[in-house]
Amino acid sequence: MTALKLENVNKSFGSVHVLKDINLTVEDGEFVVFVGPSGCGKSTLLRVIAGLEDATSGTVAIGGDVVNAVPPAKRGIAMVFQSYALYPHLSVKDNMGLGLKQEGKSNAVVDERVSKASAMLDLDNYLTRRPAELSGGQRQRVAIGRAIVRDPKLFLFDEPLSNLDAALRMNTRVEIAALHRTLSASMIYVTHDQIEAMTLADKIVVLRDGRVEQVGSPMELYNNPANQFVAGFLGSPSMNFLSQSVTGLENGTTLGIRPEHLRFDANGQISGQVTHVERLGGDTNLLVKTDADEVLTVRLFGQDPTEVGDDVRLSYENANAFFFDQNGQRALPRAA
Amino acid sequence: MSSTRRTSGTTIAAHAILITYTLIALFPVFVILINSFKSRKAIFREPLALPNAETFSMIGYETVFNQGDFFQYFQNSMIVTVVSLTLILLFGAMAAFALAEYRFKGNTLMGLYLALGIMIPIRIGTVAILEMMVSTGLVNTLTALILVYTAQGLPLAVFILSEFMKGVSDDLKNAGRIDGLSEYKIFFRLVLPLVRPAMATVAVFNMIPIWNDLWFPLILAPAEEVKTLTLGSQVFIGQFVTDWNAVLSALSMAILPVMILYVIFSRQLIRGITSGAVK
Ligand SMILES: Nc1ncnc2c1ncn2[C@@H]1O[C@H](COP(=O)(O)OP(=O)(O)OP(=O)(O)O)[C@@H](O)[C@H]1O
Ligand SMILES: [Mg+2]
Repeated sequence: MTALKLENVNKSFGSVHVLKDINLTVEDGEFVVFVGPSGCGKSTLLRVIAGLEDATSGTVAIGGDVVNAVPPAKRGIAMVFQSYALYPHLSVKDNMGLGLKQEGKSNAVVDERVSKASAMLDLDNYLTRRPAELSGGQRQRVAIGRAIVRDPKLFLFDEPLSNLDAALRMNTRVEIAALHRTLSASMIYVTHDQIEAMTLADKIVVLRDGRVEQVGSPMELYNNPANQFVAGFLGSPSMNFLSQSVTGLENGTTLGIRPEHLRFDANGQISGQVTHVERLGGDTNLLVKTDADEVLTVRLFGQDPTEVGDDVRLSYENANAFFFDQNGQRALPRAA
Repeated sequence: MSSTRRTSGTTIAAHAILITYTLIALFPVFVILINSFKSRKAIFREPLALPNAETFSMIGYETVFNQGDFFQYFQNSMIVTVVSLTLILLFGAMAAFALAEYRFKGNTLMGLYLALGIMIPIRIGTVAILEMMVSTGLVNTLTALILVYTAQGLPLAVFILSEFMKGVSDDLKNAGRIDGLSEYKIFFRLVLPLVRPAMATVAVFNMIPIWNDLWFPLILAPAEEVKTLTLGSQVFIGQFVTDWNAVLSALSMAILPVMILYVIFSRQLIRGITSGAVK
């Protein structure tokens, strides 16, 4: 069964066309991540799925039923917001239980589900507190708990980790992955952090300007991006794009090469000068200005003695090179 | 060490300024209070002296209680003020919520139209209002006053409250929608508690002018049984003689209820401000 099916979904705010012909399927139990630059319509798409905005045209089906005219509370979804959005005047327990109470569930059922969720999220000691008395990480767990308690067909997360610090973000990311395994529920997760996207997703949906650019598993997108945008968006540091520094490129064609696929080679195709060095301990990132005045990033594993100002020659293997035409679409490599 | 001393220095300075201001602001009230307990002669001989055994007199209060139905006036003023405030807050908040929350055709225009009332004094329309009240038979009723004061207070209430409601997080309202709260519950249970400080501000801003108004009671409801306190006190101010004892006593008593209402609202105000930060 499919958890979610979107067909030709469009959304306009007045004259602003935000979502353009979105078609998408989420299978049962799948973890789908929406990524894309700021303002590309990720949150809007999520809100259309949740029913907080009406689609201008197209159909939204959740669990096989078309829900275009169904209010959010009856769609069988639960949503976790970036700003937590906990009810400030209710205790943690009431925050988690409110949705069930509104559905008319008995107190016994509410209590049982809340205590199950709070045990899962380590919130047992905080049930009587108000949200303002919790740390950011705890608030986020309450928000997740509020979603779990409703036992939804589909979880929606809108950048749930972006207000947390790096360490906590990592922990919560692992927790969410574990949660997905335990509940085996379908989840849609919005982020613009590509590490979250790569680590959590079964399927990534890359959006740009309200259009789906590419859909696929993280490694599919990484190894086989459909266009220059997707290639540049996934991977950190991001892919280098060269149009002048290598010989033999057709006019207008761009060569893409990931930073980790470049290495020092006295007979390399590219020559240039190091302009900046970042030493991360495990990795070393070099910024190199090529003779044709293009800047590229080189990622070396381990520590490296190269200094700013050194002249270097770099090479790559043709198997690792991507080619893009004038419109940024993938082009076949020219037989060299 | 030096920094703590400097802060305590600024604290003292701040308090000195605030205390001076308080004294200046309270001085007229103080003068009214002490003189309301003095005989007429003493009021004119030494207006600033405290009442003593010789000058103490309750004559002002006696006059007030014997002449006219003071309690009736009091009750009228109370009813008009409380009901008007309730209506202003309820309808103002509901209109503000609609303007802040829903996208519909003419939203901005409607907001501007409602805000226009802030700039046009309602008294310009007195004649028309009087004609309307006459033809609906509402002259000499408290309802007439309540309607006029509600109309007078709504524009500013809508304006202030809609600005505040725009500041309430969308996510919170959406979380409520997903949890199945109706729009009414979202309004009453989520949004209103969060804009309580603004509600208190609107209440305080509207309360004093309504309580003190002389114009509309004089024109719309001058009959004995619907007179408000301010209008009722006018009997002591004559063209040739003014009964100062009675006027001062009436004024002293008129301060009380407004003060009580103010204390209620200002406590709401403080609770509203701190509930987010501390609790
Ligand atoms: N209520 C609205 N009225 C008009 N335009 C809107 C409205 N909500 C969103 N937009 C526009 O829709 C576009 C997409 O917004 P959206 O919030 O979906 O972006 P996003 O991908 O979630 O970005 P971010 O990563 O910054 O959260 C933006 O250009 C925004 O200006
Ligand atoms: Mg967003």
